[in-house]
Amino acid sequence: MIKFDEVHKRFPNGTTAVHDLSLEMPEGQITVLVGSSGCGKTTTLRMINRMVDPTSGTIRLAGKDILESDAADLRRGIGYVIQQSGLFPHRTVLDNVATVPLLLGWGRKKARSRAAELLETVGLAADAGKRYPHQLSGGQQQRVGVARALAADPPVLLMDEPFGAVDPVVRTQLQDELLRLQKDLAKTIVFVTHDIDEAVRLGDRIAVFRTGGHLVQCAEPAELLARPADDFVADFLGAERGLKLLSLSTLAGLPQGPAPEGGRWELALDSARKPLGWRDGDAAADSPLLPVRALRDGDSLLSAVNESIASPAGLVARVDADGVLTGVTARAEIHDHAGEAHISAGAAA
Amino acid sequence: MTIEWGWFPDHIDEMTRLTADHLSTALSAVFFGLLIALPLAVIAHRFRPLRGFVLGLSNILYTIPSIALFVLLLPVTGLTRTTAVVGITAYTLVVLVRNTVEGLDTVPAKAREASTAMGAKPLRTLFTVELPLALPVIMAGVRVATVMSISLVSVASAIGQGGLGQLFIDGFQRDFPTLVIAGVALTLLLALVADAVLVTVQWLATPWTHKRGA
Repeated sequence: MIKFDEVHKRFPNGTTAVHDLSLEMPEGQITVLVGSSGCGKTTTLRMINRMVDPTSGTIRLAGKDILESDAADLRRGIGYVIQQSGLFPHRTVLDNVATVPLLLGWGRKKARSRAAELLETVGLAADAGKRYPHQLSGGQQQRVGVARALAADPPVLLMDEPFGAVDPVVRTQLQDELLRLQKDLAKTIVFVTHDIDEAVRLGDRIAVFRTGGHLVQCAEPAELLARPADDFVADFLGAERGLKLLSLSTLAGLPQGPAPEGGRWELALDSARKPLGWRDGDAAADSPLLPVRALRDGDSLLSAVNESIASPAGLVARVDADGVLTGVTARAEIHDHAGEAHISAGAAA
Repeated sequence: MTIEWGWFPDHIDEMTRLTADHLSTALSAVFFGLLIALPLAVIAHRFRPLRGFVLGLSNILYTIPSIALFVLLLPVTGLTRTTAVVGITAYTLVVLVRNTVEGLDTVPAKAREASTAMGAKPLRTLFTVELPLALPVIMAGVRVATVMSISLVSVASAIGQGGLGQLFIDGFQRDFPTLVIAGVALTLLLALVADAVLVTVQWLATPWTHKRGA
C-alpha cells in the first residue's frame, strides 16, 4: 500500500504542483489519478519512485518512508511505464525488458530468459525480442514497456499515460490486456491519465485532481459517477456520466423472453441457433437482414442500451458464451433496469 | 614535372615507416582528444552554464595557427613526437567536444528518464544509455577529427615529426617532385582508408540505426 500524508510539492520556480495531498493507494488495486494537464497527477506519480521529492509531508510504501530508502534501490522495486513507452532505441526488445533484472545482477542468461517469458505474457511473439523498438508498432512498443516494468516482478507499478499515444482500438486492447494481467498479478498500480473513460474502465479507485495540485475526490468509479463531489468533478466526468455509470454494470440478471415470432421483425438464426440479423416481414423476401449485435451476460448495461436503440425491433438478442441465442430483452426493460442501476449506485455511495 | 616511377619500389620500406609514423601520431592525437573531450563534454552537457565556456575554449585553441602551437610547445616537450601529438590533440578538441555535447543533446529525454526511473545510477545511465545513443554524432566528430589530424601531422614536419609530410619537405628541398606526389598520395590514401574503417566501425557499433522500420 502507498500512503501520502499531507504531501506538498512546490517547484523552485514557485509553482505548486501538489497541494497538501493525503491519499491512500490500496494494495493489489488500480488507483487512477485523473485530471487535466497541470493538475499535479504526474508529479504525484513521480514522487512515489522519487523522480521528484516532496517539499514536505511523507510518502510511505508498505509502511516505510520512501525518503529513507536509497532512490536507485527503491526504483528497482517499482515498475515504471511511461508515455510513448520510453524504450531504449539502441537495445533490442529483449534487452529492454531485461534492464531491471540486469541492474539487480541476475546475470545475462537468466535476465534474458525471464524477458522472453514476459514477452509472451504481454502477448508478443518470441521473435519480437530480437527486434529494435522502432521496428514495432506503437501498441507493440507499449506492450514491451509493460513487460519491462514487470521484469523483476515488482509489487508496485507506476503507469504515466501509458496508452496515450496509440489509436483507440489498440488502446482498448491494451486496457483489456492490463485488466487480464492484473487479475493474475494483483499489483498495486498507480495509473495516470487525462481520459476519464480510461479511468472508469481501469480504476478500482479514481482520484480526480484540479489545477494547482488539489485532490478533489477519490472514490470508486460507481460512486464518483453517481455522486460527484462538486461541479468541477461533474464537469470533468462529462455530460454522459449517467451512461458511463452503465458501463460498470452488466446484463446478468436482466430477465429475457422468447424471440418474437409472427410479427414484423423476426430474428434470423443459423443452424447452430446463432443470431444472423433481423428479418423485416414487410420487406421483399430477398432483402438483406438488418444487423444484430447479440450480447452476453458479461456485456455492459451501456452496450445493452446502445443495442436497444440500434435494434429495429427494440429488442436486444441475448446469447450464451458460445454465441447461441438464449432469448431477447425488450428496450423498456433495459431502460428501467438502467435507471434502477443508477439510483442504487447513488444510494450505495 | 615528371614522376620517377622507379623511385617507389626502391623505397617501400621508407614509405611504410613514414605511413606508420604518420598514422600513429594522428591516432594518438584522436585518442587523447577523446580522452579529454568526453569528460569535458559530459560536464558541459550536465551543467548548462559551463557549456559556452567549454565550447569557447575549444574554439580558441583551434584558432591558434598550428605552426605557432608547435613552436609554443617546443620549450616544454622539445623536438619530439609528443609535441606533435599534444598540438594536434588540441585541434581535435574543437570537433570532439562539440559533437559529443550535441550527441548527448540528441538522446531522447524519455530514454534517460526511463533509465533513471528503473534504478540506474547516473554513471550507468551515461555509459549504457546516453553515450551509446550519442554515438552516431560522436562518431561523425571522430571521423572529422581523424581526417583533420592526418592532414595536420604533415605540418609537424616543421619540428621533424611530420610522418609523410617529411616527403614533401624533402621533395621541395631536393626539387624532386616524385617525393611530393608520393607524400600527397599516401596522405590522401591514409585519410580515405581511416575514414572507411571508422564508417565500418560505426556501422557495426550502432546496429539499431540501420535496421528496417516496422
